[in-house]
Amino acid sequence: MVVTRIFGARIKRREDPRLITGQATYTDDVVLPGMCYAVFVRSVQAHARIRAVRTDAAQAHPGVIAIFTGRDLQEKMGLIPTAWLIPDSDLKTPPHPPLAVDRVRYVGDAVAVVLATTRAAASDAAALVEVDYEPLPAVADPEKAVQPDAPRLHDDVPDNVAFHWKVVNGDVDRAFAEADVVVRQRMVNHRLVPCAMETRGCVAHYNKGSGELTLWMTSQNPHIHRVILSGILHLPEHRIRVIAPEVGGGFGSKIPCYPEEAVVSFCAVELGVPVKWVEDRRENFVATIHGRDHVVYLEVAARKDGTITAIRGKCYANLGAYLSTAAPGIPTILHGLMMCGAYRIPNVHYEVLGVLTNTTPVDAYRGAGRPEATYYVERLVDLVAAELGMDPVEIRRKNFIPKDAFPYTTPTGLTYDSGDYERTLDEALRIVDYAGFRREQEEARRQGRYLGIGFSTYVEICGLGPSQVAGAVGFQGGLWESAVVRFHPTGKVTVLTGSSPHGQGEETTFAQIVADQLGVPIEDIEVLHGDTDLIPMGWGTYGSRTTPVGGAAIAVACQRILAKARQIAAHLLEAAEDDLEFENGRFYVKGSPDKAKTIQDIALAAHLAWSLPSGVEPGLEAQAFYDPPNFTYPFGAHVCIVEVDPETGEVKVLRYVAVDDCGRVINPLIVDGQVHGGITQGIGQALYEWAVYSEDGQLLTASFNEYAVPKAHQVPRYETARTETPSPHHPLGCKGVGETGTIAATAAVANAVMDALRPLGIRHLDMPFTPERVWRAIRQAQGPGGIP
Amino acid sequence: MRVAVHVNGRPYERDIEPRMLLVHFLRDELGLTGTHIGCDTSNCGACTVLLDGKAVKSCTLLAVQADGADILTVEGLSQDGRLHPVQEGFWEEHGLQCGFCTPGMMMLAVELLQREPDPSEEAIRHYLEGNLCRCTGYQHIVHAIRYAAQKLRETRESS
Repeated sequence: MVVTRIFGARIKRREDPRLITGQATYTDDVVLPGMCYAVFVRSVQAHARIRAVRTDAAQAHPGVIAIFTGRDLQEKMGLIPTAWLIPDSDLKTPPHPPLAVDRVRYVGDAVAVVLATTRAAASDAAALVEVDYEPLPAVADPEKAVQPDAPRLHDDVPDNVAFHWKVVNGDVDRAFAEADVVVRQRMVNHRLVPCAMETRGCVAHYNKGSGELTLWMTSQNPHIHRVILSGILHLPEHRIRVIAPEVGGGFGSKIPCYPEEAVVSFCAVELGVPVKWVEDRRENFVATIHGRDHVVYLEVAARKDGTITAIRGKCYANLGAYLSTAAPGIPTILHGLMMCGAYRIPNVHYEVLGVLTNTTPVDAYRGAGRPEATYYVERLVDLVAAELGMDPVEIRRKNFIPKDAFPYTTPTGLTYDSGDYERTLDEALRIVDYAGFRREQEEARRQGRYLGIGFSTYVEICGLGPSQVAGAVGFQGGLWESAVVRFHPTGKVTVLTGSSPHGQGEETTFAQIVADQLGVPIEDIEVLHGDTDLIPMGWGTYGSRTTPVGGAAIAVACQRILAKARQIAAHLLEAAEDDLEFENGRFYVKGSPDKAKTIQDIALAAHLAWSLPSGVEPGLEAQAFYDPPNFTYPFGAHVCIVEVDPETGEVKVLRYVAVDDCGRVINPLIVDGQVHGGITQGIGQALYEWAVYSEDGQLLTASFNEYAVPKAHQVPRYETARTETPSPHHPLGCKGVGETGTIAATAAVANAVMDALRPLGIRHLDMPFTPERVWRAIRQAQGPGGIP
Repeated sequence: MRVAVHVNGRPYERDIEPRMLLVHFLRDELGLTGTHIGCDTSNCGACTVLLDGKAVKSCTLLAVQADGADILTVEGLSQDGRLHPVQEGFWEEHGLQCGFCTPGMMMLAVELLQREPDPSEEAIRHYLEGNLCRCTGYQHIVHAIRYAAQKLRETRESS
């Protein structure tokens, strides 16, 4: 095993020079000769019948090249599919045409596309398209949508319930009957908008001569987009090239296959000119997927000593107007199966109703189902502690899965790979000085100040995942990852990865893996991704899978390279393979390190092929398709300290301590960055962000004026620390860290706010804890007497 | 309408529609695509450039309003192949992930450090109020700007 310091080193990112000098190419920076521009006409109605679409005036506008309506495309394009068909449920997947044909079902539903020589002309012309709507009653709330008299969205889904799903294990009824204490709570996990700073967009170019469609698009998974688009466009997969150039953030919102990229591709083929479409921000708020949005009824059974014996829940998951690509899997497989958290809870009964409403479709947003599960479990644990008068730390210790119980199979059927939950909690308590804080809190309360501390001892499922499991849970794809590691004659290395990073820094961390494994200077390694013509089939970046799966594929490919290099080295050194050592990029015969062949020597020899061992092919490159044997389960303890101003209801985060265990760390600087960003999105949900629909389905928060993405001064300086519990099944011991912060943070903040408000007689509030909401709750709890 | 500007020290003259925004002028007319568009309500700051030394959101100005101005964009930050201390800071301190907000953040940071050579963490966070980042949680951006401040002070003292 090669030991160099590059693995685990805090090195600066190799992707940055192009990004900090303005030389990076994002989708909107792609310009092709003769390119025209597409603008979509979108529904302003949440639910309506389309009586007519009149395009005459728009067609006559200067610069307009073509206009297509839903009816025009009906026969020419396939439907937008759902790609996660969860089993053991009554899943219905209502048809989703690329452009609405006779009915619109949410504000933002695309009705027509206008193509013109300039974006301004297309925009102006789109405003001239007249859609004659016959408004229908609309419903935005998932609990209302399942009522018998609710407006019905799709004819084939009479109750608006796209699926019923449940996970049941143990004797839940008995656990509740025998419980010393039962805590019940309705919770809302409100809707969020991912808000990647770069909106979606694409540029499509069809070469009539070669029959190849090239599509630059904002994608987290170009190969998945290619295979789905091939079905929608009726074009063979190998004639489509999807390129994800620089991608300005995704957070899940650039996983799905949306109508727009398909329609723009169709237009490029049909018209024979390149077409560009770039979403504007208001469009992004309604046309790109949203996240979360549950209403859930929860119950938990416990003994007097704090042992939690059962959890039961019913979740109304709002999925919006159509089932987006991965939508059915998010509130079920990625959520319901995590409802026991980091605790040894033996009995579970959790039901999920996937509900269709007149709102923007909901799909994966950073964490995707797991932040919701962590929020519910961590809130419930605190509610039980409060009910029993226990300390929130003690109840966690009481129920943690102990470190000697791993691998641990949950009653929901998952096998947690490794963990030491108490260790992260101990470390967090030490950093935060828990006893000291409690004294400070006591003192502050005497002065009329309300401080609170909140814990979130999370575990997450990531590193998606074993393909056999993917198949068993209805995911319409594999979840392995591909890698090619290629030596060039001069000893430089090109790495191709099927992962598709878009800010996570794998051009650096993957190069660190290769440098570490092969002993090549990191400057000599280039990591390429995001082009289906260049990269072998791969599944992309999401679900914190890039390092656990894509990184493992690279490690395996490196091992294959080394196996071949060893054969060649043995031949050149006239020694037996077993007698060779490999260290810092050099092969030498044990005991004589001076006589060595460097890996670069071997690369050259392999390419020249003047003298190779018999049966060894020329060249030095290896490919791996790595299918992980299990998911990985990072965990940690996040602690938040807040102060609530009882006069204004304002919540201020005073401290935030995150102790994460994501297995072995390749680059601590990058891991810190992932954790910081993740926490900020979690704090955003807890305090600021809220996608609000009116009763009749108008999105009231459709710009950054109304939707509050956290700003620099609204979040604290984070204190991060780590423990390292390697994943036993990962070649490098890594677990993944892309979502931990978001998964942990909302619960930590919520528990802190509730801890602060407890002396005021407030037991539970739903997020986001806006000043108005907190202020009203305090007023209500205190009655006319006011604050004590 | 005719617009004449200097961008990154080079003169440009173009005949444009009066309604063209400065950011579209930079991106589409001059091909300087380092300046990004992140919203349409002047909230996000991705399009921040320096106009006669002042940080402006280039989506909030018409190109014609910039007539005669001296504009600095991210492409003009490095001098003689050397990174500006703010660029260096963002690189050293991992002040960026997806990089989309970064040019705007850096241009704002350049302005901040011109006004205030040694800003506190709190001052930096408040100064960044008009620029959104969805990836970093801002902490490394703050470190990046502190790094650049230090570097600029050192340069000033040594010269």
